[in-house]
Amino acid sequence: MVEHAEIRMVRRGGSKINFREPVITNDSRFLLCAAGESVNVYSTSTEEFVHDLQGHTDLVTGVVLNPSNHLQVYSCSADGTVRLWDFMDGILIKTFIIGYPIYSIYVSEKHGGVVFVVVPMANYKSSELFQLVAVHLPRSGDQEVEARELSAVLCDVSPHPGAVSFGREGEYIAATKGLQLEVFFFKKQKSYRFSLKSGMKKGVKNAFTCVSCHPKEDCIATGHADGKIRLWRNFNQKKEYTYTTLHWHHGAVNTLCFTPEGTNLLSGGIESVLVHWHYTQENQKDFLPRLGAAITHIAVSPDGSLFCTSHSDNKITIIQSCVKVSAIIQGLVKGDGVWTDLIIDPRSKALVLNGKPGHLQFYSLHRDKQLYNLDIVQQEYINEEGLDQFEVVKAAFDARGDWLATVEERRKKGAELEINLKLWAYDKLTQSFVLNTTVTAPHEDRITGMFFSPSPETTMLVTTSLDDHFKAWLLADHSDTKGKLASYSEGFWSCDFVGGYHLLKPGCCSYSADGSLLAVGFQEVVTVWSPASWELLTTLSQPPGAIRDLCFGRLSCSKYLLGTSTKNQLCCWNLLTCSLEWSTPMDVSLLQADPLSENMAAFCSQSGSSDLFVFKPSEPRPLYSQKALCTGKVQHAVFAPRDQMLESCEERTQWLNRSQTSAQLTPLSRSLPQLLHTPAHVLPSASFLCAMFVRSLLVSRSSLCLVGWGTLLHSYFQVSPEMFDQVQVRAPAAPLKDIQRLVPKPILRFLGCVLRVVVLLQGEPSPQSENRL
Amino acid sequence: MASFKPTKIPIYPKLGEKVTPDTLYWKNYKAPVQIKEFGAVTSIDFSPLAPHNYAVTASTRIHIYGPFSQEPVKTFTRFKDTAYSGKFRSDGQLLVAGCEDSVVRLFDVSGKVALRVFKGHTKGVHVTDFTSDCYHILTGSDDYTCRLWDIPNSTELTSYKEHTDYIRCGTTSKLNRDIFITGSYDHTLRVFDARVEKSVMTMDHSQPVESVLLYPSEGLLVSSGGRYVKVWDLLKGGQPLVSLKNHHKTVTCLGLSSNGQRLLSASLDRHVKIYNTTNYKVVHNFDYAASILSLALAPDDESIVVGMTNGVLSIKHRKSPEEKQEVAGKQRVRPVYRVFVKGRNYVPKKDDFFVSKPVKSHLAKYDKQLKRFNISKALDTALENRKPDITVAVMKELDRRGTLKNALAGRDEQNLSQLLNFLIGNVVDPRFTPVLVTATEMILDIYQAVVGQSSVVDRQLVRLQELVEREIDYQQDLLEVLGMLDTLFATSLPRKEVILKTSCILSINLHLVRNSFILYL
Repeated sequence: MVEHAEIRMVRRGGSKINFREPVITNDSRFLLCAAGESVNVYSTSTEEFVHDLQGHTDLVTGVVLNPSNHLQVYSCSADGTVRLWDFMDGILIKTFIIGYPIYSIYVSEKHGGVVFVVVPMANYKSSELFQLVAVHLPRSGDQEVEARELSAVLCDVSPHPGAVSFGREGEYIAATKGLQLEVFFFKKQKSYRFSLKSGMKKGVKNAFTCVSCHPKEDCIATGHADGKIRLWRNFNQKKEYTYTTLHWHHGAVNTLCFTPEGTNLLSGGIESVLVHWHYTQENQKDFLPRLGAAITHIAVSPDGSLFCTSHSDNKITIIQSCVKVSAIIQGLVKGDGVWTDLIIDPRSKALVLNGKPGHLQFYSLHRDKQLYNLDIVQQEYINEEGLDQFEVVKAAFDARGDWLATVEERRKKGAELEINLKLWAYDKLTQSFVLNTTVTAPHEDRITGMFFSPSPETTMLVTTSLDDHFKAWLLADHSDTKGKLASYSEGFWSCDFVGGYHLLKPGCCSYSADGSLLAVGFQEVVTVWSPASWELLTTLSQPPGAIRDLCFGRLSCSKYLLGTSTKNQLCCWNLLTCSLEWSTPMDVSLLQADPLSENMAAFCSQSGSSDLFVFKPSEPRPLYSQKALCTGKVQHAVFAPRDQMLESCEERTQWLNRSQTSAQLTPLSRSLPQLLHTPAHVLPSASFLCAMFVRSLLVSRSSLCLVGWGTLLHSYFQVSPEMFDQVQVRAPAAPLKDIQRLVPKPILRFLGCVLRVVVLLQGEPSPQSENRL
Repeated sequence: MASFKPTKIPIYPKLGEKVTPDTLYWKNYKAPVQIKEFGAVTSIDFSPLAPHNYAVTASTRIHIYGPFSQEPVKTFTRFKDTAYSGKFRSDGQLLVAGCEDSVVRLFDVSGKVALRVFKGHTKGVHVTDFTSDCYHILTGSDDYTCRLWDIPNSTELTSYKEHTDYIRCGTTSKLNRDIFITGSYDHTLRVFDARVEKSVMTMDHSQPVESVLLYPSEGLLVSSGGRYVKVWDLLKGGQPLVSLKNHHKTVTCLGLSSNGQRLLSASLDRHVKIYNTTNYKVVHNFDYAASILSLALAPDDESIVVGMTNGVLSIKHRKSPEEKQEVAGKQRVRPVYRVFVKGRNYVPKKDDFFVSKPVKSHLAKYDKQLKRFNISKALDTALENRKPDITVAVMKELDRRGTLKNALAGRDEQNLSQLLNFLIGNVVDPRFTPVLVTATEMILDIYQAVVGQSSVVDRQLVRLQELVEREIDYQQDLLEVLGMLDTLFATSLPRKEVILKTSCILSINLHLVRNSFILYL
């Protein structure tokens, strides 16, 4: 047993750096941004991480420069404190305890010794209402002081930090919420409210989203949910205020910012275009398009030379003189989900997962930095809501990191699934991956698993899919075409084998450590194949429950095959005897093998939290166990190699509480007639199929196969699936309802077209068109 | 800042014939020159002398054409009836021709009047040839006889009457002056030796023989008759070697390409097939407008001349490599040498810092419009494009952007009919069907209201409907075939047996597990 004290769980990084507006220091050398519970300091010229300011115990919700000392910065946090830092040296100067969770912080040069913070209203228990309060910071020498001197400025403000802005020379403060703009004048101690009609043409799209005040003139710019920008003037009385409207954005205006001199107004939204309005000539505007993702915040350096934009993909872009992107600070991108699982790139040891839409990100665990982004989909990204985009759903590296396989899919409502399998070769010159082969529609349904063979001799890829088949893809040696296509020196990938087992859906597959065996889990049955000859060597089955994960042991335990099932079983088979070595009732949600040792990690979910067990397949007693690792279910985990070579490996977990998608089951035919249904490019070569065809016509000698360890005789052995299939295809002309089962999809769509033309031209709706296919 | 990513045009696998060296070789001919003759062209023969003129026998005339002339260089018209089989002697000086009036005439190529006239046959003479010593003439006639004639004193040397039907083809050995072969409508091929009274070898073609051909080595003989081309091994005493059945009508003429590696056969089914003579597989195929009666290849395959029943003579000349280069060179005016060298030969110094120019990406017109979100214009541009894969790729891109419906809408009659035309042309192409069916459905949705207002659009809609209906029928037929195949497969598979054997009971880790072996396929 390993001592428990040695192993502890550490949070390593991946914080959000686009949570709040970043701050550029007066000398434009550093950029400060809130990142989780700390404030990160980056260099604006080299985009390198300099250091972080640690001390807060909860999420940092705002960072502002101290207006009276440009080497100091205030930060506020949900832990109820405002802290003053020296960001050059990373020293905490003072902590002011406010006592309420703080949502944002504002300062003004005219209001020395006062910070304005947004806190929940004290007398409302539900923290739905917020107020803007002025906090007088006591001048005392202590490190930690309580600042209890609060005076409310505005009630009922939005907790969004962009919804409040100081006006010219701190004379007034503007706040927006919903359909209301409120301006508070400090001299008069009076506030004016201006509201927009909600029912202006198209309803509630009029809502304010952000506000920014002109630094030199009495002008307030507000952004709206319908993409309009309004410039308010003459607002120091209730009645005769005016506003002008600027409209370019088609989505909501996320953020607005005036340059320090007030000559320009910057705005950004979901279009990921930075729009640069000239203040005096409002119809003139410049654009900086394709910044990558929706803009969430814009900040300008105090001298106006640098702009920086935060984006929704956890990125901060630094823009020089409004035209050139000079630096990009990129954190771990949290996309809509991690479909690809967590993968370690064998070459760079980086963590690989979904990044920006249609991209894979390579993220260095040790430096908490994104190394690079690989564009998988290679299509222009359209920033529009409600659009079905291509998503990378599977990725796999081969053992040496020379090949990367990716699967992208797009599911449209009511249309066919579009799947592409892409294979990328590592290019030593450019140090990145280059597209080698694209296979459109490699399977007819979703791909559930994709693995490379670990053996160094053959580069083979296996994909399993819900269309009842698994396919093996091989790097074909096109020596005959080499002369003509000299530029393609490596050859292309092509299908080598299509396998299936009794029309069951393959769920998972695993290669043995030397690549000589392939185990594919078909629901309750584990089939073991020899990749060299594609013979079904043996089948293993176990008490009911579909196989969820399969894993071969490694090194000294390579004779063991481990499987987990949906019905709370963890089984270990001995492949030498084809018998069950041991099994234990455990609800294992995730099983991972350590690539460097023979250890395995299993995550179990029990009563809302996850437990971790590390064990060797040869002995059913765990080496290490950690109860209640985290709340929720662990979705993905991977063993990550350490930078320094240590004996043990660390676990890295990431849990994303995502619900699992259920799969649609459709009846499909056997593998041999497959060659008549499927496009030729996703099938093995004709010579291979021909041999198979001829063999199928011959009477084969019966061979003995072992199906071990079933306490129950499974029902699928009693019905011959082939005969069942026959019945379906040869069924007599069925009523229209059943046609879906009998007719392949393309015909269905054609039929739809014809029926409609008939209806259109003849003018009489036929009964068939009512229940259109 | 990322740049605009252009629309991806997928590369589809090329269907159809494979590109082999043979197809490259035989496709390297120019468009054919066609000359109208007075009647069916029954025979073509190339002169062995340098300009390689060729004699074309058609109706009552023999025309001699130069290699590139469209007009005959010389004409022999002194025939009383239809002329047959105009043949050059191996020195190219003399020409012999048979005639329907049973007279064989010998001409000097430069003269006009026949030098010698050979009379003796009683019916039309379809076969004439010179022997390899140049002093004798072989003739074969419809009176079932073949004869040898002496040129200097125009007398008959020998006559063989062994065939029992018309003799319609024959050839002389180029290596031996005494050997010749004739083929007849009595289904036989006979090899004669002038020194012997009787034929020395007989082969049965089992179809009326239309043409014979001797290989240059004269070890193999090719005959054609009916739909068959047969190859005979003369050295093994006339043993049949191969029988080829690639035509579906009578094969009328045979030819050999200059290097002897390819055999050509021409047939009434309007095709010329080219075979590899090592494995006798068809390597290429030419199509012609009418049934072919005669075929000849110029030395070195410089041209292929084919005569047809409708009297059209078609001449294909080989493309010369110089010509190709000339065309390419003329199109572009090359910049001066200095332009190319400018700056190229500058050698950077040791600590120079390279600044590379930003690469300017060139976008296609539809991509430029897509970049500006001009979706309708982009679709118009794509429709103007000749390549359907580009049009379909743009449609797919629009569909991905969710704006295909907007792009398809708002079209007038002319625009809509252009769109429908494209659909009619491509909707059943399996490469494009998924995208185009979506587009078709959208068009039907959009233009539902205006159906019946334009006759052009209505006609196109009906055509589209017919097309799609036919496609459904095809698919259903295919499904039926699949079903039949499935039954075949199912019956051919052996029955599965399920045998259970309980052997031992083990207790591991609190579980009692029965060990069972299941015997099955």
